[in-house]
Amino acid sequence: MSTTLAADRSGVLRHWARVTGRAIADQPLGCVGLLVILAMVVASIAAAHIAPYDPLDVDFGSMLAPPSGTHWLGTDTFGRDILSRLIYGTRTALTIGFLSSFLGCTVGAIIGISSAYAGGRTDLIIQRIVEIFLAFPIIVLALVVVTMLGRSRVWGIDLNLILAIAIPIAPKVARVMRTAALTIRELPYVDAARALGFGAPRIVLCHLCPNVMAPYLILLSAYIAQAILLEASLSFLGLGVTEPEPSWGLMLAGDAAQFYREAPWMILFPGLAISLAVFAFNLFGDSLRDWLDPKFRT
Amino acid sequence: MKRGGMLRFILHRLALAIPTLFGVAVLIFLMLRVIPGDIVEIKLRADGGQVTQAMIEQERHRLGLDRPLPVQFASWLEGFVTGDLGTSMWTDRPVIVEIRERLELTVEVAILAAVIATVIAIPLGSLAALFAGSVLDYTIRLVTLGGLAAPAFWVGMLIILGLLTLFHWMPPMTFVPIYRDPIGNLSQLIFPALAIGYRFAAVVTRMTRSAVLEVMREDYIRTARAKGVYERLVITRHTLPNALLPTITVIGLEFAFLIGGLVVTEEVFNLNGIGRLFVQAVSRNDFILIQTLVMIIAAVFVLTNIVVDIICAALDPRLRAGR
Repeated sequence: MSTTLAADRSGVLRHWARVTGRAIADQPLGCVGLLVILAMVVASIAAAHIAPYDPLDVDFGSMLAPPSGTHWLGTDTFGRDILSRLIYGTRTALTIGFLSSFLGCTVGAIIGISSAYAGGRTDLIIQRIVEIFLAFPIIVLALVVVTMLGRSRVWGIDLNLILAIAIPIAPKVARVMRTAALTIRELPYVDAARALGFGAPRIVLCHLCPNVMAPYLILLSAYIAQAILLEASLSFLGLGVTEPEPSWGLMLAGDAAQFYREAPWMILFPGLAISLAVFAFNLFGDSLRDWLDPKFRT
Repeated sequence: MKRGGMLRFILHRLALAIPTLFGVAVLIFLMLRVIPGDIVEIKLRADGGQVTQAMIEQERHRLGLDRPLPVQFASWLEGFVTGDLGTSMWTDRPVIVEIRERLELTVEVAILAAVIATVIAIPLGSLAALFAGSVLDYTIRLVTLGGLAAPAFWVGMLIILGLLTLFHWMPPMTFVPIYRDPIGNLSQLIFPALAIGYRFAAVVTRMTRSAVLEVMREDYIRTARAKGVYERLVITRHTLPNALLPTITVIGLEFAFLIGGLVVTEEVFNLNGIGRLFVQAVSRNDFILIQTLVMIIAAVFVLTNIVVDIICAALDPRLRAGR
């Protein structure tokens, strides 16, 4: 009995080893991206155990200290440890990046799919509205939304910031998802479902949605990268995350923008963190696209 | 016949843009009117001193905010023709003056960035495609992925830092028009153009690469090779012109994002342009200024896309007949 269990277990292990091996061989860059993402997730969950200092600890005795054994990445104008602030900043970046991309992509997908399924005049009107939203560069629309909504913090997260990033994403996703849903709509099994007398909600939920999961997931990971970049830009302008909360974009603003010529470590590492995070999600998204939808491969 | 078709295409595209631009105007106008709280009262309180109801009424009247919304909207639209777009709530100067002072700088940086990036990106993308899978290809792809990842304002800071450590020199801070002092002008504006151009170049390079790869799989390329056309001619005559179409489309689309990038990057280089004005207007809730700035940016985006469509249609007759 125990031998069969052990054999099973080693079989499962071997199976997963093979799957992992194939993934690494097929999509080496995507695996690198995934690895970085996983490291970021771990860092944001276990920030309190990894970070050498409290990110908010002000220490005027060691202001603007260059990288050294005690402060690996140096300190800022308040003597706060930059490495610790970076580690805690991962939390901000991931939370806001994921939530706003998820919100924007989901709302966008719902709009796009319903528009495609409804067709006719409804489709036309929705597409006109989407087009109006697409006439704004992402950051411009986000800034207008920030002005419009002000701030509202719930559980330490600025909900309006998430909305401000999600709203510009939604119409872009709606456009792509509509195209994807349109091709699915013409397939025989949707006709069959309609012939069987299924209602619109059932067809949309059970037949259209599962079949546009691939582009949805690809867009989701691509827009997490965009959202992280956007959060950093808004925080840098002083219109996103606010002090003293650690955010990578915020670490590049204010005093850092004043003193970085004398203390380059203040901007070097937060900028690298932003780039690395965006880079990782882009790599992962590209591989996801190749893997889920070989048609898109270029 | 051919020319008539083109003209009709252009008119059709322009006509389609009108409802979109009108929708944009309605959307901005309404979005900025739902701001919670009385903006005039907030502004007066921020200035300090005793705020009376009469003062608020007077200020609202001066800014034209006591009129009904449709009237405000109509007079704002009219302003795009007459040039009277209202008074900035924060500087008390006419909006049109604030914008006119800064437009030249921003437009120049945007065009510089687009030109530099395109000139670098198209050859790089073609090289990457022609030597697909080589070390050169991987290097180019890695560098372009970096361009997609690094925030433009941070790249700007790195450029300043690099100039300081290598040459002990900083770009000049005051703007001089290019027709008065070309060298002084370029030495100030070329660096922000590079900072925002990095992302632009990265996107265009990636698009060129995949477009060239796509075209090289086409039957007519195989035919050209089969009939013994020199490889150099296959590439310059048959491949590249056909790959240019999607590249031009993406150049047009990204041009709008270039302006978005400027919004943040002007701050780093201390440039007194439209982007900085916009950020200042947003931080101060100066929505009379915001509405016009956003409208201009959106109009530039819509018009750029029309121009791109027209160029593509001029290059490829199939697109004219299509719609």
